[in-house]
Amino acid sequence: PRRTHHRAPPAATPAMNCRAEVLEVSVEGRQVEEAMLAVLHTVLLHRSTGKFHYKKEGTYSIGTVGTQDVDCDFIDFAYVRVSSEELDRALRKAVGEFKDALRSSGSDGMGQISLEFYQKKKSRWPFSDECIPWELWTIKVNVVNLANEQERQICREKVGEKLCEKIINIVEVMNRHEYLPKMPTQSEVDNVFDTSLKDVQPYLYKISYQITDSLGTSVTTTMRRLIKDTLAL
Amino acid sequence: AMDTDLSSQDRKDLDKFIKFFALKTVQVIVQARLGEKICTRSSSSPTGSDWFNLAIKDIPEVTHEAKKALAGQLPAVGRSMCVEISLKTSEGDSMELEIWCLEMNEKCDKEIKVSYTVYNRLSLLLKSLLAITRVTPAYRLSRKQGHEYVILYRIYFGEVQLSGLGEGFQTVRVGTVGTPVGTITLSCAYRINLAFMSTRQFERTPPIMGIIIDHFVDRPYPSSSPMHPCNYRAGEDNGAVYPSVEDSQEVCTTSFSTSPPSQCVFTVTKAHFQTPPPVVTDTLKVPVMGLAFSHQLSSSRLSYQPAALGVGSADMGYPLLFAGGLNAAHPHQLIGPGKDGGVPPIPSQPAHGTQADQERLCTPLDGVHYSAATPSSSEDTETVSNSSDGKCGSPHDLLETIFIRKVGAFVNKPINQVTMANLDIPFAMFAPKNVELEDNDPMVNPPDSPETESPLQGSLHSEGSSGSSTGNTHDDFVMIDFKPAFSKDDILPMDLGTFYREFQNPPQLSSLSIDIGAQSMAEDLDSLPEKLAVHEKNVKEFDAFVETLQ
Repeated sequence: PRRTHHRAPPAATPAMNCRAEVLEVSVEGRQVEEAMLAVLHTVLLHRSTGKFHYKKEGTYSIGTVGTQDVDCDFIDFAYVRVSSEELDRALRKAVGEFKDALRSSGSDGMGQISLEFYQKKKSRWPFSDECIPWELWTIKVNVVNLANEQERQICREKVGEKLCEKIINIVEVMNRHEYLPKMPTQSEVDNVFDTSLKDVQPYLYKISYQITDSLGTSVTTTMRRLIKDTLAL
Repeated sequence: AMDTDLSSQDRKDLDKFIKFFALKTVQVIVQARLGEKICTRSSSSPTGSDWFNLAIKDIPEVTHEAKKALAGQLPAVGRSMCVEISLKTSEGDSMELEIWCLEMNEKCDKEIKVSYTVYNRLSLLLKSLLAITRVTPAYRLSRKQGHEYVILYRIYFGEVQLSGLGEGFQTVRVGTVGTPVGTITLSCAYRINLAFMSTRQFERTPPIMGIIIDHFVDRPYPSSSPMHPCNYRAGEDNGAVYPSVEDSQEVCTTSFSTSPPSQCVFTVTKAHFQTPPPVVTDTLKVPVMGLAFSHQLSSSRLSYQPAALGVGSADMGYPLLFAGGLNAAHPHQLIGPGKDGGVPPIPSQPAHGTQADQERLCTPLDGVHYSAATPSSSEDTETVSNSSDGKCGSPHDLLETIFIRKVGAFVNKPINQVTMANLDIPFAMFAPKNVELEDNDPMVNPPDSPETESPLQGSLHSEGSSGSSTGNTHDDFVMIDFKPAFSKDDILPMDLGTFYREFQNPPQLSSLSIDIGAQSMAEDLDSLPEKLAVHEKNVKEFDAFVETLQ
């Protein structure tokens, strides 16, 4: 029988295996920052190591990661974060921008913030380096407005409970022990880890956000439903 | 046969990892129930004593108790290490809250690299444990301890005993790590029928008495190991000296290699420190408190190096009597109603009629004042401020404490809180306090649910199934049902009562519910021109979309 020769399929790149996790929360405006920080810090707690110190013969040792408790002021909730002021500042900056964008968008207060872990793949000149994501966390936020103090008190507790569930969800994903970038050699370490912080070393990450335009979303959803129904998919 | 596949060095390393993982697990759990915020520093230079590359302090007594319980053994199939967390009131009633289980099952992963992958996954599992210990109900309870109850821990080794948790307990899995000799699993089973009390009980009016029906059960295993308070510190020093950790702790020098796995280098050496170990009390503040039921607790107590705390045990001949607050790093201890997260408003003057009582209380306790910053607590403050960078821990405001003599010895409550503590009923403090507020209590008259479900919200955000917020059932009990996704474990059967409750309260079908997204026909028609205009504008996008449907 004739042998069929197939071209070797492209090696499975991390992009093809990029894990995507989506979490959704409904919060009051003043709870947005703390809720986002709680989730982002919990993810980064699991995705940060101590600083690597490379020695001869390709061995390396790892520094120590400290942790600390954070109490929320507007939510009945507490979480653990990595003890790194630099990292905390970076997250607060991103979350602050997200919160401001949400507030000023004038829409019905829906948006999402994404935390993406990626690897850099160096390309030869003239091509620029590629960023290949391997894990993507998306937090969808719905801002609610409450009428009175009693509702606010209940919201404090309910959002606290929901965040407990999210932490459990995050831990469950982390426990799957799925793809993680290979531990890099010294020359490759900056392609895998963010080595700019002085006390901890998170995997390379970037945070982005988008605010949902209420009209756009509902139109797209309606149209999709309409078309799918029509085509009986 | 499986042992022959593992080199003897790997086997030794693996046993060591499991042993220290067990010890660190206990430390994380107990420290998370001390009632305080924990803070440790990151250090870019490895010190060699930070197992799993995490800064987790070792409380000497806790290590001692854990080693005693393990008695040289390691978790294995059928031999689990359990940390039991329970609550004990000032009246002496106690209730189990959680059981944390470190178990081993037979599922082996022969291919996994011990000195590298297993080690890193154990580190990840400890991080998960740090996160999960803050989200079970007992955490919030433990942050408020000291006034009417304390949190105790007990370590045992052997078969897991979950019967003390009451019916309908929940479980949460922290994680698993496969090793060549078995899979390590870490999970927590926790009582839920106390959950609603944690948020409301000590702050507002608790409505219902007698909800807990199974807390009178005698401890079924009287010969089991003694209970220990997570944060109690004795008035008198019992003289026990625990071997400091460095005498017996082995140092882990981790060195990883990026070369092919066969050249993995990992050394574990036993080292003897010249310098004393980092003082635990750097960041772990032990509330200096005592309640008069000390005689009911086990004789084994946490005895930190008193000098470091600044309050020598010699200074206190007897248990102190105060309603918490001398511990500066503990703003969550409430005397009166107040919100979490802040220093509660404490009246600067005691209520009338209690002045004389207050003075009486203070007399026997020589030289120790309670109405303002005391000598002992100011030393406390100094020690507190020595902690790293001043960034760790909570604001170091000292709370003024008020002592008001009430019926029932050693019960201190502001006089305006009616108490039933003088009645001789168990858990009397959980009884309704201010009856006239019942009308305002949302637990009794739940308000209308402020949020309506949008069809856009995904399953991770569903509220219908939890049964706790819909108000459909007019139960007298409003349970905060912790129903984390993905946590159902086939191995543990679900409680029939829970299943039945869930079955009786299925979520509304989204197609049957009227929500924001659905609009009436008339509104649909009205909005058509506007929608058509938008569609026309985006026609290219929709064309592309239709392409994808082909």
